[in-house]
Amino acid sequence: MKGIAILIAFYLAGVALEAWLRLPLPANVTGMILLALALFSGIVKLEWIEKESGLLLRHMGLFFVPAIVGTIAFADMIQSHWMYVIAGVVPGTLLVMAVSGFVTKGLSRKEKNVHDSADVAG
Amino acid sequence: MTLPTWLDNPAFGVGLTLLVYCAAVGFRSKRRGINPLVVTSLFLIVFLSVTGIPYEAYRAGGDWIAYGLGPATVALAVPLYKHAAAIRRMLGPVLLGIIAGSILSLAAVLLLLYIPGSPRELLLSMLTKSVSSPIALEITKRTGGIPELSAVFSVLSGLFGSVAGPAFMRICGIRGDVPLGVGIGTSSHGIGTARVLLDSEWAGGVSGFSMAAAGIATSILMIPVYGWL
Repeated sequence: MKGIAILIAFYLAGVALEAWLRLPLPANVTGMILLALALFSGIVKLEWIEKESGLLLRHMGLFFVPAIVGTIAFADMIQSHWMYVIAGVVPGTLLVMAVSGFVTKGLSRKEKNVHDSADVAG
Repeated sequence: MTLPTWLDNPAFGVGLTLLVYCAAVGFRSKRRGINPLVVTSLFLIVFLSVTGIPYEAYRAGGDWIAYGLGPATVALAVPLYKHAAAIRRMLGPVLLGIIAGSILSLAAVLLLLYIPGSPRELLLSMLTKSVSSPIALEITKRTGGIPELSAVFSVLSGLFGSVAGPAFMRICGIRGDVPLGVGIGTSSHGIGTARVLLDSEWAGGVSGFSMAAAGIATSILMIPVYGWL
Protein backbone atom coordinates (compact mmCIF):
# COMPACT_ATOMS: atom_id res chain seq x y z
CA MET A 1 0.00 0.00 0.00
CA LYS A 2 2.91 2.36 0.70
CA GLY A 3 3.93 2.09 -2.94
CA ILE A 4 0.45 3.03 -4.16
CA ALA A 5 0.41 6.05 -1.84
CA ILE A 6 3.78 7.21 -3.19
CA LEU A 7 2.65 6.79 -6.82
CA ILE A 8 -0.54 8.75 -6.16
CA ALA A 9 1.45 11.47 -4.37
CA PHE A 10 3.73 11.88 -7.41
CA TYR A 11 0.73 11.92 -9.73
CA LEU A 12 -0.78 14.67 -7.60
CA ALA A 13 2.52 16.57 -7.68
CA GLY A 14 2.32 16.29 -11.48
CA VAL A 15 -1.20 17.73 -11.42
CA ALA A 16 -0.07 20.65 -9.27
CA LEU A 17 3.05 21.37 -11.30
CA GLU A 18 1.17 21.20 -14.60
CA ALA A 19 -1.38 23.74 -13.38
CA TRP A 20 1.22 25.97 -11.79
CA LEU A 21 3.71 26.13 -14.66
CA ARG A 22 1.09 25.68 -17.42
CA LEU A 23 3.20 22.85 -18.85
CA PRO A 24 2.31 21.53 -22.30
CA LEU A 25 2.49 18.03 -20.76
CA PRO A 26 -0.22 16.06 -19.01
CA ALA A 27 0.00 15.51 -15.26
CA ASN A 28 0.73 11.79 -15.49
CA VAL A 29 3.80 12.31 -17.70
CA THR A 30 4.98 15.16 -15.46
CA GLY A 31 4.53 12.86 -12.44
CA MET A 32 6.55 10.15 -14.18
CA ILE A 33 9.42 12.57 -14.81
CA LEU A 34 9.26 13.75 -11.16
CA LEU A 35 9.37 10.16 -9.87
CA ALA A 36 12.30 9.32 -12.15
CA LEU A 37 14.16 12.35 -10.75
CA ALA A 38 13.30 11.28 -7.19
CA LEU A 39 14.60 7.75 -7.85
CA PHE A 40 17.85 8.97 -9.43
CA SER A 41 18.50 11.42 -6.60
CA GLY A 42 17.76 8.76 -3.98
CA ILE A 43 14.82 10.60 -2.38
CA VAL A 44 12.61 7.58 -3.16
CA LYS A 45 14.04 4.06 -2.76
CA LEU A 46 13.19 1.50 -5.44
CA GLU A 47 12.04 -1.07 -2.83
CA TRP A 48 9.27 1.25 -1.61
CA ILE A 49 7.45 1.19 -4.92
CA GLU A 50 8.79 -1.76 -6.91
CA LYS A 51 6.05 -4.30 -6.14
CA GLU A 52 3.09 -1.95 -6.59
CA SER A 53 4.57 -0.42 -9.76
CA GLY A 54 4.95 -3.87 -11.27
CA LEU A 55 1.30 -4.63 -10.50
CA LEU A 56 0.00 -1.40 -12.06
CA LEU A 57 2.22 -1.78 -15.14
CA ARG A 58 1.19 -5.39 -15.76
CA HIS A 59 -2.45 -4.29 -15.74
CA MET A 60 -2.04 -0.91 -17.43
CA GLY A 61 -4.46 -2.01 -20.17
CA LEU A 62 -7.31 -2.11 -17.62
CA PHE A 63 -7.14 1.64 -17.08
CA PHE A 64 -7.66 2.34 -20.79
CA VAL A 65 -10.89 0.34 -21.02
CA PRO A 66 -13.25 3.25 -20.17
CA ALA A 67 -11.57 5.50 -22.78
CA ILE A 68 -12.12 2.87 -25.48
CA VAL A 69 -15.72 2.24 -24.42
CA GLY A 70 -16.15 6.03 -24.55
CA THR A 71 -15.36 6.17 -28.28
CA ILE A 72 -18.89 4.86 -28.98
CA ALA A 73 -20.10 8.40 -28.30
CA PHE A 74 -18.37 9.45 -31.55
CA ALA A 75 -19.53 6.47 -33.59
CA ASP A 76 -21.69 8.61 -35.92
CA MET A 77 -18.95 11.06 -36.82
CA ILE A 78 -16.44 8.28 -37.42
CA GLN A 79 -18.93 6.39 -39.56
CA SER A 80 -19.64 9.35 -41.85
CA HIS A 81 -15.91 9.94 -42.50
CA TRP A 82 -14.70 6.37 -42.16
CA MET A 83 -12.41 6.58 -45.21
CA TYR A 84 -10.38 9.44 -43.77
CA VAL A 85 -10.35 7.81 -40.34
CA ILE A 86 -8.92 4.57 -41.71
CA ALA A 87 -6.52 6.40 -44.07
CA GLY A 88 -5.17 8.43 -41.16
CA VAL A 89 -5.07 5.84 -38.43
CA VAL A 90 -3.96 2.62 -40.14
CA PRO A 91 -1.10 3.57 -42.53
CA GLY A 92 -0.19 6.55 -40.36
CA THR A 93 0.33 4.47 -37.24
CA LEU A 94 2.21 1.71 -39.08
CA LEU A 95 4.46 4.21 -40.87
CA VAL A 96 5.36 6.08 -37.68
CA MET A 97 6.00 2.78 -35.89
CA ALA A 98 8.24 1.37 -38.63
CA VAL A 99 10.23 4.57 -39.24
CA SER A 100 10.95 5.30 -35.57
CA GLY A 101 11.86 1.64 -35.02
CA PHE A 102 14.12 1.53 -38.10
CA VAL A 103 15.89 4.79 -37.23
CA THR A 104 16.63 3.59 -33.69
CA LYS A 105 17.74 0.16 -34.88
CA GLY A 106 19.88 1.48 -37.74
CA LEU A 107 21.64 4.14 -35.67
CA SER A 108 22.30 1.89 -32.69
CA ARG A 109 23.87 -0.73 -34.95
CA LYS A 110 26.17 1.89 -36.47
CA GLU A 111 27.15 3.06 -33.01
CA LYS A 112 27.80 -0.52 -31.97
CA ASN A 113 30.13 -1.04 -34.96
CA VAL A 114 32.12 2.06 -34.11
CA HIS A 115 32.61 0.87 -30.55
CA ASP A 116 32.88 -2.79 -31.46
CA SER A 117 36.26 -3.15 -29.84
CA ALA A 118 34.84 -1.73 -26.62
CA ASP A 119 32.31 -3.55 -24.46
CA VAL A 120 29.25 -1.66 -25.70
CA ALA A 121 27.51 -4.64 -27.30
CA GLY A 122 24.76 -5.65 -24.96
CA MET B 1 -36.08 6.83 -17.73
CA THR B 2 -34.97 6.41 -14.14
CA LEU B 3 -32.27 3.85 -13.54
CA PRO B 4 -32.38 1.33 -10.72
CA THR B 5 -30.10 2.63 -7.96
CA TRP B 6 -27.62 -0.23 -8.30
CA LEU B 7 -26.99 0.77 -11.92
CA ASP B 8 -26.55 4.39 -10.94
CA ASN B 9 -23.83 3.49 -8.44
CA PRO B 10 -20.16 3.73 -9.55
CA ALA B 11 -19.70 0.20 -8.20
CA PHE B 12 -21.57 -1.04 -11.27
CA GLY B 13 -19.03 0.32 -13.78
CA VAL B 14 -16.03 -0.55 -11.60
CA GLY B 15 -17.26 -4.06 -10.84
CA LEU B 16 -18.29 -4.86 -14.39
CA THR B 17 -14.98 -3.65 -15.86
CA LEU B 18 -12.92 -5.59 -13.31
CA LEU B 19 -14.96 -8.73 -13.77
CA VAL B 20 -14.68 -8.75 -17.56
CA TYR B 21 -11.00 -7.77 -17.42
CA CYS B 22 -10.19 -10.62 -15.01
CA ALA B 23 -11.98 -13.07 -17.28
CA ALA B 24 -10.01 -11.76 -20.28
CA VAL B 25 -6.71 -12.09 -18.38
CA GLY B 26 -7.74 -15.64 -17.46
CA PHE B 27 -8.32 -16.46 -21.13
CA ARG B 28 -4.92 -15.04 -21.97
CA SER B 29 -3.22 -17.68 -19.80
CA LYS B 30 -4.81 -20.31 -22.07
CA ARG B 31 -4.38 -18.49 -25.39
CA ARG B 32 -1.42 -16.11 -25.65
CA GLY B 33 -2.85 -14.20 -28.62
CA ILE B 34 -5.61 -12.57 -26.56
CA ASN B 35 -5.25 -8.85 -25.82
CA PRO B 36 -7.19 -8.33 -22.55
CA LEU B 37 -7.70 -4.61 -23.23
CA VAL B 38 -9.33 -5.24 -26.62
CA VAL B 39 -11.43 -8.18 -25.44
CA THR B 40 -12.69 -6.29 -22.38
CA SER B 41 -13.54 -3.10 -24.29
CA LEU B 42 -15.33 -4.88 -27.14
CA PHE B 43 -17.28 -7.03 -24.71
CA LEU B 44 -18.40 -3.96 -22.73
CA ILE B 45 -19.43 -2.04 -25.88
CA VAL B 46 -21.52 -5.00 -27.06
CA PHE B 47 -22.88 -5.58 -23.55
CA LEU B 48 -24.01 -1.97 -23.12
CA SER B 49 -25.68 -1.81 -26.52
CA VAL B 50 -27.42 -5.19 -26.12
CA THR B 51 -28.75 -4.49 -22.61
CA GLY B 52 -29.56 -0.86 -23.41
CA ILE B 53 -27.81 0.33 -20.25
CA PRO B 54 -26.91 3.99 -20.97
CA TYR B 55 -23.26 4.84 -21.39
CA GLU B 56 -23.59 7.49 -18.63
CA ALA B 57 -24.44 4.77 -16.09
CA TYR B 58 -21.30 2.84 -17.01
CA ARG B 59 -19.24 6.00 -17.07
CA ALA B 60 -19.85 6.78 -13.37
CA GLY B 61 -17.68 3.76 -12.52
CA GLY B 62 -15.56 3.92 -15.67
CA ASP B 63 -14.16 7.24 -14.52
CA TRP B 64 -12.91 5.55 -11.35
CA ILE B 65 -11.03 2.96 -13.37
CA ALA B 66 -9.64 5.60 -15.73
CA TYR B 67 -8.30 7.46 -12.70
CA GLY B 68 -5.82 4.61 -12.20
CA LEU B 69 -4.09 5.70 -15.38
CA GLY B 70 -2.45 8.57 -13.50
CA PRO B 71 -0.52 6.47 -10.94
CA ALA B 72 0.09 3.71 -13.53
CA THR B 73 1.79 6.13 -15.93
CA VAL B 74 3.83 7.53 -13.03
CA ALA B 75 4.95 3.94 -12.34
CA LEU B 76 6.67 3.85 -15.74
CA ALA B 77 9.51 5.73 -14.03
CA VAL B 78 10.48 2.42 -12.37
CA PRO B 79 11.58 0.48 -15.50
CA LEU B 80 13.25 3.68 -16.73
CA TYR B 81 15.25 3.89 -13.50
CA LYS B 82 16.11 0.20 -13.44
CA HIS B 83 17.44 0.26 -16.99
CA ALA B 84 18.89 3.76 -16.93
CA ALA B 85 22.39 2.63 -17.92
CA ALA B 86 21.13 0.78 -21.01
CA ILE B 87 18.90 3.68 -22.05
CA ARG B 88 21.70 6.21 -21.64
CA ARG B 89 23.93 4.12 -23.91
CA MET B 90 21.23 4.16 -26.61
CA LEU B 91 19.94 7.67 -25.93
CA GLY B 92 20.97 9.23 -29.28
CA PRO B 93 19.39 6.58 -31.53
CA VAL B 94 16.31 6.40 -29.28
CA LEU B 95 15.69 10.17 -29.35
CA LEU B 96 16.32 10.43 -33.11
CA GLY B 97 13.89 7.57 -33.75
CA ILE B 98 11.23 9.30 -31.64
CA ILE B 99 11.75 12.67 -33.38
CA ALA B 100 11.65 11.10 -36.86
CA GLY B 101 8.41 9.31 -36.00
CA SER B 102 6.82 12.43 -34.51
CA ILE B 103 7.64 14.57 -37.58
CA LEU B 104 6.27 11.89 -39.90
CA SER B 105 3.08 11.56 -37.88
CA LEU B 106 2.30 15.28 -38.26
CA ALA B 107 3.43 15.42 -41.92
CA ALA B 108 1.17 12.54 -42.99
CA VAL B 109 -1.99 14.24 -41.68
CA LEU B 110 -0.91 17.69 -42.96
CA LEU B 111 -0.69 16.12 -46.45
CA LEU B 112 -4.25 14.75 -46.15
CA LEU B 113 -5.37 18.35 -45.47
CA TYR B 114 -4.36 19.27 -49.04
CA ILE B 115 -6.84 16.85 -50.57
CA PRO B 116 -9.63 19.06 -51.98
CA GLY B 117 -12.84 18.59 -50.03
CA SER B 118 -11.16 16.81 -47.12
CA PRO B 119 -12.92 17.25 -43.75
CA ARG B 120 -10.70 19.93 -42.21
CA GLU B 121 -12.07 19.81 -38.66
CA LEU B 122 -11.74 16.04 -38.55
CA LEU B 123 -8.16 16.08 -39.87
CA LEU B 124 -7.10 18.87 -37.50
CA SER B 125 -8.32 16.62 -34.68
CA MET B 126 -6.27 13.79 -36.17
CA LEU B 127 -2.90 15.60 -36.17
CA THR B 128 -2.12 14.47 -32.64
CA LYS B 129 -3.26 10.86 -33.00
CA SER B 130 0.17 9.41 -32.06
CA VAL B 131 0.41 11.12 -28.66
CA SER B 132 -1.53 10.19 -25.55
CA SER B 133 -5.01 11.67 -25.30
CA PRO B 134 -4.37 14.30 -22.55
CA ILE B 135 -1.61 15.84 -24.71
CA ALA B 136 -3.77 15.54 -27.84
CA LEU B 137 -6.62 17.39 -26.09
CA GLU B 138 -4.38 20.31 -25.14
CA ILE B 139 -2.81 20.67 -28.59
CA THR B 140 -6.12 20.37 -30.45
CA LYS B 141 -7.63 23.19 -28.37
CA ARG B 142 -5.22 25.47 -30.28
CA THR B 143 -5.54 24.07 -33.82
CA GLY B 144 -9.26 24.54 -34.39
CA GLY B 145 -9.99 20.83 -34.27
CA ILE B 146 -12.44 19.14 -31.91
CA PRO B 147 -10.57 18.25 -28.67
CA GLU B 148 -12.82 15.32 -27.71
CA LEU B 149 -12.48 13.86 -31.18
CA SER B 150 -8.69 14.12 -30.99
CA ALA B 151 -8.84 11.97 -27.85
CA VAL B 152 -10.85 9.42 -29.82
CA PHE B 153 -8.20 9.34 -32.56
CA SER B 154 -5.48 8.83 -29.97
CA VAL B 155 -7.42 5.91 -28.59
CA LEU B 156 -7.99 4.41 -32.06
CA SER B 157 -4.30 4.72 -33.01
CA GLY B 158 -3.27 3.24 -29.69
CA LEU B 159 -5.71 0.40 -30.09
CA PHE B 160 -4.59 -0.34 -33.64
CA GLY B 161 -0.92 -0.22 -32.63
CA SER B 162 -1.64 -2.45 -29.67
CA VAL B 163 -3.31 -5.08 -31.86
CA ALA B 164 -1.15 -4.93 -35.01
CA GLY B 165 2.11 -3.46 -33.68
CA PRO B 166 4.12 -6.43 -32.40
CA ALA B 167 3.32 -8.59 -35.47
CA PHE B 168 3.95 -5.71 -37.88
CA MET B 169 7.36 -4.98 -36.34
CA ARG B 170 8.25 -8.67 -36.67
CA ILE B 171 7.25 -8.64 -40.36
CA CYS B 172 9.38 -5.52 -40.93
CA GLY B 173 12.31 -7.34 -39.38
CA ILE B 174 12.60 -4.81 -36.54
CA ARG B 175 13.70 -6.99 -33.67
CA GLY B 176 15.02 -6.10 -30.26
CA ASP B 177 13.34 -4.62 -27.21
CA VAL B 178 14.59 -1.08 -27.76
CA PRO B 179 13.47 -0.51 -31.41
CA LEU B 180 10.16 -2.24 -30.60
CA GLY B 181 9.55 -0.02 -27.58
CA VAL B 182 10.49 3.13 -29.50
CA GLY B 183 8.27 2.21 -32.49
CA ILE B 184 5.20 1.35 -30.46
CA GLY B 185 5.61 4.05 -27.81
CA THR B 186 6.07 6.78 -30.45
CA SER B 187 3.12 5.68 -32.60
CA SER B 188 0.68 4.25 -30.06
CA HIS B 189 1.51 5.99 -26.75
CA GLY B 190 0.15 4.43 -23.54
CA ILE B 191 -2.24 1.91 -25.08
CA GLY B 192 0.59 0.47 -27.19
CA THR B 193 2.84 0.60 -24.12
CA ALA B 194 0.32 -1.47 -22.14
CA ARG B 195 0.56 -4.16 -24.85
CA VAL B 196 4.39 -4.13 -24.84
CA LEU B 197 4.36 -4.45 -21.04
CA LEU B 198 2.53 -7.77 -21.36
CA ASP B 199 5.70 -9.28 -22.86
CA SER B 200 8.53 -7.37 -21.25
CA GLU B 201 8.82 -4.75 -18.54
CA TRP B 202 12.06 -3.48 -20.08
CA ALA B 203 10.58 -2.98 -23.57
CA GLY B 204 7.55 -1.42 -21.86
CA GLY B 205 9.83 1.01 -20.06
CA VAL B 206 11.40 2.05 -23.37
CA SER B 207 7.91 2.39 -24.83
CA GLY B 208 6.82 4.55 -21.90
CA PHE B 209 9.89 6.74 -22.30
CA SER B 210 9.15 7.08 -26.04
CA MET B 211 5.53 7.97 -25.30
CA ALA B 212 6.64 10.81 -23.00
CA ALA B 213 9.39 12.03 -25.35
CA ALA B 214 7.06 11.90 -28.37
CA GLY B 215 4.53 13.95 -26.40
CA ILE B 216 7.19 16.59 -25.66
CA ALA B 217 8.53 16.50 -29.26
CA THR B 218 5.05 16.85 -30.77
CA SER B 219 4.15 19.75 -28.45
CA ILE B 220 7.31 21.56 -29.62
CA LEU B 221 6.93 20.61 -33.31
CA MET B 222 3.39 21.99 -33.28
CA ILE B 223 4.55 25.52 -32.40
CA PRO B 224 5.44 26.46 -36.03
CA VAL B 225 2.43 24.49 -37.34
CA TYR B 226 -0.14 26.63 -35.44
CA GLY B 227 0.71 29.70 -37.48
CA TRP B 228 0.75 27.78 -40.72
CA LEU B 229 -2.69 26.15 -40.38
